[in-house]
Amino acid sequence: MTVAYALLGFLEEETRHGYDLKQAYDALFGAGRPVQFGQIYATLGRLERDGRIRLAAQEPGQGPERKRYEITAEGIDELHRWLSEPEAPEPHLQRTLFAKTVLALTTGRDAGAYLDAQRGAHLERMRELTALKTGADLATALLADFALFHLEADLRWIEQTRGRLDSLRQEVTR
Amino acid sequence: MNDGIIDAKGLVKDFGTTKALRGVTLTIRGGEMVAIAGPSGAGKSTLLYCLSGILQPDWGTVTFAGRRLETLGEADRAALRRREFGFVFQFGQLVSELRAVDNVALPLVIDGVRRVEATHRALDWLERLGAADVARETPDELSGGEVQRVAIARALVTGPRVVFADEPTGALDSIAGDEVMTVLTEHARAQGITLVVVTHEPRVAAYMHREIVVRDGTVASREAVR
Ligand SMILES: Nc1ncnc2c1ncn2[C@@H]1O[C@H](COP(=O)(O)OP(=O)(O)OP(=O)(O)O)[C@@H](O)[C@H]1O
Ligand SMILES: [Mg+2]
Repeated sequence: MTVAYALLGFLEEETRHGYDLKQAYDALFGAGRPVQFGQIYATLGRLERDGRIRLAAQEPGQGPERKRYEITAEGIDELHRWLSEPEAPEPHLQRTLFAKTVLALTTGRDAGAYLDAQRGAHLERMRELTALKTGADLATALLADFALFHLEADLRWIEQTRGRLDSLRQEVTR
Repeated sequence: MNDGIIDAKGLVKDFGTTKALRGVTLTIRGGEMVAIAGPSGAGKSTLLYCLSGILQPDWGTVTFAGRRLETLGEADRAALRRREFGFVFQFGQLVSELRAVDNVALPLVIDGVRRVEATHRALDWLERLGAADVARETPDELSGGEVQRVAIARALVTGPRVVFADEPTGALDSIAGDEVMTVLTEHARAQGITLVVVTHEPRVAAYMHREIVVRDGTVASREAVR
């Protein structure tokens, strides 16, 4: 899922081949888990079908590696929407939150505003869980606590990152 | 908008060359529970002290229930703090020589309430906060959570309209912290008290209606009044 938005982010900068996109993706998000070419080409195919990107140039010969893509206006809208919207607070968000922050930085958007919005969404969910605990039986309260501690861990990461955005911007845009 | 119990406009506060507050404007409504969050050194405590008249801002105004704090003399501001505000801090707030009940009764005694009456009301509040059994102990005999219950009783005993708390759970583990926040918000709600809590813990902020985030001496984000 985040692969598609990462590709849109890279294509917003300039037109690229699948090969360059894989390099760019691995450099920012690969960390021990490089993305497969197959996934890049499949994602490009879907994005093209949905009108988010289009063929910019086709070099002589056959095969997906000869295609150079560009982002469409719809693609930019879709990327922008995703990057400005906080995620619904749920478990296992780390890859998505990280991807949004980095892509907001590499595409020159306001990553701080995104992180603040995400903080608001997380805190709202924590408020609901805290209210749920009031007067609840212990089992319910402990289950709510489980979710609260996880959301709090996300928020600590969000604050940590919020405090280091300038350094992170330098690192990911150089 | 000017329907707040507390209205702060353009607060600026420097400590030497450190700019602790760089122009903070906010409104807190009567009965609201507000968290003030933000990184270390952001100016949260300074803001709380300015809102509660402990510190005078270099610039800007604080209005409490229509009264401009900076127009009051030090004695009037002290009286206002004693009668209308309650305070809870992270630690170091109880008088170590006094028993818990006498600590709670202290603000009443200072305000001229007879000792018997003051002790009676102090005991009543300790009981409501689940700390009746430690009434006769001195602070060094109490756990961190008990100290905070006593501190909350002392903050509430005068019937304040606003309670200001600076990291009230900062010295507690998460179970004691939850208990303290539960009794604090429960009684604030029951008495219609406005609550302003500085905290860097999201789990504590989640007890409040909304959060104001301070970064680098300014309000970085605030949630809508609800
Ligand atoms: N009495 C003082 N004298 C000198 N500098 C001060 C004083 N009080 C605060 N400061 C400075 O003003 C800035 C804001 O401090 P403040 O205590 O309001 O921050 P805070 O957000 O409460 O931080 P923390 O989370 O660490 O308590 C800091 O740089 C601090 O060093
Ligand atoms: Mg502080």
